[in-house]
Amino acid sequence: MTDTAITSGAIFRAGTSDAEIEAAAAKAARHRKHMVLFWRWAILAAILGGWEIASRTAIIDEFFFSSPSAIYERLVEWITEGTSEGPLWFHLWVTMEESLIGFATGSIAGIVVGIALGRNRMLADIFSIYIKVINSIPRVVLAPIFIMIFGLGLASKVALSFVMVFFVVFANAFQGVREADRNLMANAQILGAKGWQLTRSVVIPSAMSWIFASLHVSFGFAIVGAIVGEFVGARYGVGLLINIAKGSFDAAGMYAAIVIIMVVALAAEYLMTWVESSLATWRPAPLQDH
Amino acid sequence: MSATDPNESPAIELINVSRRFITPDGKSMTAIRDFNMSVARGEFVAVVGPTGCGKSTTLNLVTGLASPSSGEVRLFGGPVNGIDPRIGFAFQTDALFPWRSVIDNVVAGPLFRGKPREEAYAKGREWLARVHLTGHESKYPHQLSGGMRKRVSLAQTFINEPQILLMDEPFSALDVQTRVVMHDVLLDLWSEAKASVVFVTHDLEEAIALADKVYVLTSGPATVKSVYPVHLPRPRIVSEIRYQEDFIALSKTIWDDLRDEVTRGAARDEARAA
Repeated sequence: MTDTAITSGAIFRAGTSDAEIEAAAAKAARHRKHMVLFWRWAILAAILGGWEIASRTAIIDEFFFSSPSAIYERLVEWITEGTSEGPLWFHLWVTMEESLIGFATGSIAGIVVGIALGRNRMLADIFSIYIKVINSIPRVVLAPIFIMIFGLGLASKVALSFVMVFFVVFANAFQGVREADRNLMANAQILGAKGWQLTRSVVIPSAMSWIFASLHVSFGFAIVGAIVGEFVGARYGVGLLINIAKGSFDAAGMYAAIVIIMVVALAAEYLMTWVESSLATWRPAPLQDH
Repeated sequence: MSATDPNESPAIELINVSRRFITPDGKSMTAIRDFNMSVARGEFVAVVGPTGCGKSTTLNLVTGLASPSSGEVRLFGGPVNGIDPRIGFAFQTDALFPWRSVIDNVVAGPLFRGKPREEAYAKGREWLARVHLTGHESKYPHQLSGGMRKRVSLAQTFINEPQILLMDEPFSALDVQTRVVMHDVLLDLWSEAKASVVFVTHDLEEAIALADKVYVLTSGPATVKSVYPVHLPRPRIVSEIRYQEDFIALSKTIWDDLRDEVTRGAARDEARAA
């Protein structure tokens, strides 16, 4: 009874009504967002500006380090007139094709093998040593081998992308299966799930967040695989552009190729995040203020 | 005797059952020893005992998720062969599939068992109505309160129409008020379904309020110390029954019995930790 008296008689201090504190909170959130954006752009401007000034005033050697304006000019030239090796879009497309095929095949194989070994202890114990051994090979040294076996074309780059992606995805899928909640497994079994039903309805969904975490990283790896392959031996691709720029001591060309790769990788990352969040609607929203 | 006629045999029988485990350091450990229990059809049995005494192990033996090291487990007079479809299980922790919506969780059982989709969903909505969750079909478990998640779990279990219902401290994670509400929901569902229930708990009052028979177990290795019939009339209202004199008297008698085991179990745990 006393409680009701207190709540009904509650008088908030001036300027603290519900509408007012909500407005204040919204304003603070907006302010924070603007701050983040401001500092992001400010830091970018500072780095590029510093780089430009340093190379113009010869603090750093433009021959090796180029300058943002030179890189920009090179990009514009590539985009409008094409590279010395033909149109930029064609090279970019070749690299993307190699990475995408390598990424798709590598991640599907990684998921399938990861789930199969994760579900079967015996197989896992037998094959784990081989996977460790193969995984310890630095992937880059495989590039010349693949080029020797598969030639200068698409196949050797796809193979390199594949091995870059496979082990990352495999390791996560395997771990995800192992981490599947035992209670959920028991519940599904008692509810009547058998064999494949159990894998499909419990094991795969619970491994999914692990698998997605690996897909984020491994798309970058797929691009690395394709470019390293092109770098070692190819007729087309962004890696080839870097190689040619290196051969003609064209620093701006090398940095321009890096910028292109950065843009592509960033776009892929955003795409992946979007796919993941639209697939995993069941997960609680993270407590963040975007 | 009764085993000759399968229609008359009890729903669950554990006859001189023992179960040993190999611990991670390679030692053999006996969880339950010479365990005897019989649950009649439609009977509600509660099992109380000190923590870690092997209560959950007994349930796993009945589900077929584990098999006894010696002795025999019989369901309706027959042996246990793998996971029996007549069994439903309520877990202590949340066992809902977090990636499925409420309705998809409830229909999981019928769909696993090969029922047509429409039939399963119609039945699913019916069961959600029975646990008062109509209108929450498309929510995900993380959007529900603990009590609501438990009711989804109950619907998920009862939709399979189990003849045997095993419950492993199902309400221990709930707050006291919600728990009392859940007791009434459970008794309601049970009185309609007429399943045989084994309800494991460490809460003696919960055991007496719900059950026809209370089994008191010894501290591990678990064996049956004593069995107390509960002659409180049904239907019971759990929130009120705890103030009746019979209830208090019985709870005192059983507690005197249980206390020794609890102290012994605690002493053993301390010795092990030291």
